[in-house]
Amino acid sequence: MIHQYKLNGCNIVLDTYSGAVHVVDDLAYDIIANYEDHAPEQIAAMVLEKYPDVPEQDVYETIGDVDQLKKNGQLFTEDTYKDLSFDLRKRKTYIKALCLNVAHTCNLSCEYCFASQGKYHGARAIMSYEVGKRAIDFLLENCGFHKNLDVDFFGGEPLMDWKVVKQLVAYARGKEKECGKTFRFTLTTNGMLLKDEVIDFLNKEMHNVVLSLDGRKEVHDRLRKTVNGKGSYDFIVPKFQDFVKKRGDKEYYVRGTFTHNNVDFTNDIFHMADLGFDRLSMEPVICDPKEPYALKQEDLPEIYRQYEILAKEMLKREEKGHGFIFYHYMLDLTEGPCIHKRISGCGSGTEYLAVTPWGELFPCHQFVGDESYSMGNIWDGITKPELQNEFKQVNCYSKPECQDCWAKLYCSGGCPANALHATGSLNGNFEFSCDIFRKRIECAIMIKVVESMRAMENDKQAVNK
Amino acid sequence: MKRIVSLNTMDLRESAKHGGHGECQTSCQSACKTSCGVANQKCAEPASR
Repeated sequence: MIHQYKLNGCNIVLDTYSGAVHVVDDLAYDIIANYEDHAPEQIAAMVLEKYPDVPEQDVYETIGDVDQLKKNGQLFTEDTYKDLSFDLRKRKTYIKALCLNVAHTCNLSCEYCFASQGKYHGARAIMSYEVGKRAIDFLLENCGFHKNLDVDFFGGEPLMDWKVVKQLVAYARGKEKECGKTFRFTLTTNGMLLKDEVIDFLNKEMHNVVLSLDGRKEVHDRLRKTVNGKGSYDFIVPKFQDFVKKRGDKEYYVRGTFTHNNVDFTNDIFHMADLGFDRLSMEPVICDPKEPYALKQEDLPEIYRQYEILAKEMLKREEKGHGFIFYHYMLDLTEGPCIHKRISGCGSGTEYLAVTPWGELFPCHQFVGDESYSMGNIWDGITKPELQNEFKQVNCYSKPECQDCWAKLYCSGGCPANALHATGSLNGNFEFSCDIFRKRIECAIMIKVVESMRAMENDKQAVNK
Repeated sequence: MKRIVSLNTMDLRESAKHGGHGECQTSCQSACKTSCGVANQKCAEPASR
């Protein structure tokens, strides 16, 4: 399967099953588009009519090049992963990551919060040290061969349980040597409780920190309010700037959510970049479609346009020496994830579980509060293996709609929670999300193409000197 | 090739033979939390592939 598209002056051809990416001129683009359905003579006749100035020999040479790429397994590669996907579904999985919902409460009252202002549709709660410690032990007991274990402090607002976070990090670090494991901690915060002591600790211990900011003051304050209804922008932005200044080159993301209210979300991303943040993420809001701020089908063309604006601006800023990273445009074409990872997906319900403040297990943070997805607890383990099995079965090969999608090995079938909430089935497809995802991958690859072409040009110039 | 430039990319079929260590970061542990994208994850053990 291939996917070809034109963007920002680039003609791009992706080969789905090998992962190869080609940049071609118009003639080669048309030859590739007709290659599978027409004989070489027919293709030659078609393109010679369209490009009368091109010598016939060039046309046949290019058809020969396409033949060669196909032989090399770089174009029109066959799908050889179906059996692997069955094996992955049957495999024994071990838990390698926990989302510790240490605080089912929050000091902000963001209207769009999927966790219902941190409460996950239940009562307010805080995780005790004893529960958290047992969760770490549960992870160590069930991680099998995994050496790297991920623990995410999440909420609500995890810093409302700051003392326990600190104690749990110390406890887990104390277990690393004895157990031969390494913990990678992440914490997501709204910034309200950031202070020097917290910043120093997070910068020392957290592999990644996610800072929630929606962008421009008026956009951020519209939905991210304190419990008294006041906007939080002025209070948190200086704290985030201070945090990032001290963060050095360690990983962090300033992460926003865009809604129907700010479909021009690139202005929010650029605003974040102008505030001095250089690792950014911006997610489309996930909410009940009846909400006034829910993204709508008619927003899609503008969303597409915004992603293109973003990609082009990032290339411009990069060239001027003040580029930034956008989470969804990060692609490592040479050392990215293996096919096993691309098929098995996010690992929710199998390798990744969420833990509530009282120790209940859910497939991931997005299922917390949905009792039909309660899987067990940290003392008794998984008590509903049939539920876990359902999650093991879900990937891009189990979803009928993914079969003909060129992007399936970039998303591995998408987010199971989104699929369930949009369609009622884990094996469904949240089409709106798929459309956005495909556009982002097109833009991300276009950036890679332009960067590669720039690097090739620089190499050429260096040789000529 | 005159009209086709191929970028330097990993061959996914090769990764089928040597991948699957499972030491990479869990997708949702980073910055999304509301969507799934595995392609932007980095392999934690590229040398062994």
